[in-house]
Amino acid sequence: MKLSTFFYNVGQGFKNIWRNKMFSLASIATMSACIFLLGIFMSIGLNFKKMVKNAEESVAVTVFFKDDVTDQQIKEIGEKIKDRPEVARYKFVSADEAWATFKKDFFKGHEDAAKSFGEDNPLAKSANYQIFLSDVSKQSSLVAYLKTLDGVRQVNQSEAAAHTLTDFNKLISFIFIGVIAILIAVAVFLISNTITVGISVRKDEIAIMKLIGAKDSFVRAPFIVEGVTIGFVGSIIPLVIVWFLYGNILEYIRRKFAFLANVMTFVPERTVFNLLIPISLLIGIGLGFLGSRITLKHHLNV
Amino acid sequence: MIRLENVSKSYEKGVPALNDVSLHIKPGEFVFVTGPSGSGKSTLMKLLLHEFTPTSGKIFVNGKDIANIRHKGVPFYRRNIGVVFQDFRLLPDRNVFENVAFAMKVIEAPKKEIKDKVSHVLATVGLASKYRSYPRQLSGGEQQRVAIARAIVNVPKIILADEPTGNLDINNAREIMRLLDDINKGGTTVLVVTHNLDIVHSMNKRVISIKNGCLVSDVAPEED
Repeated sequence: MKLSTFFYNVGQGFKNIWRNKMFSLASIATMSACIFLLGIFMSIGLNFKKMVKNAEESVAVTVFFKDDVTDQQIKEIGEKIKDRPEVARYKFVSADEAWATFKKDFFKGHEDAAKSFGEDNPLAKSANYQIFLSDVSKQSSLVAYLKTLDGVRQVNQSEAAAHTLTDFNKLISFIFIGVIAILIAVAVFLISNTITVGISVRKDEIAIMKLIGAKDSFVRAPFIVEGVTIGFVGSIIPLVIVWFLYGNILEYIRRKFAFLANVMTFVPERTVFNLLIPISLLIGIGLGFLGSRITLKHHLNV
Repeated sequence: MIRLENVSKSYEKGVPALNDVSLHIKPGEFVFVTGPSGSGKSTLMKLLLHEFTPTSGKIFVNGKDIANIRHKGVPFYRRNIGVVFQDFRLLPDRNVFENVAFAMKVIEAPKKEIKDKVSHVLATVGLASKYRSYPRQLSGGEQQRVAIARAIVNVPKIILADEPTGNLDINNAREIMRLLDDINKGGTTVLVVTHNLDIVHSMNKRVISIKNGCLVSDVAPEED
């Protein structure tokens, strides 16, 4: 295609949008509504995921050692834990640290009672590794592995918490995929419908173009430009709205529910939009392109 | 130029719209195709425009069997044919100049060439002064002249006119036929489908008659 023809077709595409203002607006509104819902849902979904992830990472597996374990063996166990891919982080808690934490948590306000132990450490055999997982669904297999290691006496885990979080995670993923699939299906249906109406309005023009020797690509190009432009505008508008909403809502929650600050941490705008912008543009432009291409196919057999 | 060999065309119902039609139109000829409504005239036009292919028989245009033209080649084939319709088929949202230029845009002609040729062709059809008018601002005869300008702007070898005077009064009809005659004198083959026998009889041209899909007569023009 010649450059002048390209610009001519781009111009015709924009003219088409202007000539069919109502249809174009309907398409943009449809696209915007779908992508807006997608954006809202993605923002909520990502934050849910983050909260579940935070919860997952706070569930620890604790590894206690046998009485006769050597420092070298403890070090080796630590190396083996480090090599496991599902481990996000781990830390060694010495018997003294364990006792200090215990005293702090359970003898608060009764420090004298703690002092009665003198220099004795009742948790002398409680040195351990605390392991935090990146994927809590792998907890059982990790625990089974840890139990096979030499020098390990006992492995404590919270099976119920792990299962609940894993199930919750799966549920969020299913809902996420389901809602996106429904939104895309609705968008495709409505956009294809709008483009069909737009094309049928210009059926005569297409017929004339074909009869005077226009190539299919020449006939298609303005409609493709129209579809892609509608898709682009239809995804930019909701992105801007979601951007403002997201920032303001987070700010509102932080201000009004300051006491939740330690429990709820939100995904920053940048992270959400790093994902949302390409996905929305891809869906918007992709649907605009495919919608017009597929719909045109039925109208080119003049 | 145009040769039909035993061409038949049946639609889905099975009744043949054209039945075993054979004819030959030489380069530079002016031919009327007449017949009552439903006789098969429009089917003949559509076959020549490659809107569909015959059920049987062969159609040769410029020596080529048009059944062998692939889908991608159809636009290039149609560029050798200028087409004029009864209902003008102008684009209502474009002015006279743009309607004619549209035919050149479609074949990706350069801007300069479009400007020069459209101006020239509008002068030929007598509409140079109305180049900025929109179709709704023109009379039927003027609209048909725009359609003819669009048909000839790419200098096709053949003009197919399907009832070009069907929507016009007798004076405008004669004007349009005179214009087509002038184009024919320039060497373009012209095929006019019409059921307006007054027009046919007023011009001394070859007349092919079709009835019920069959060619019933082929009368050559009288020698001067």
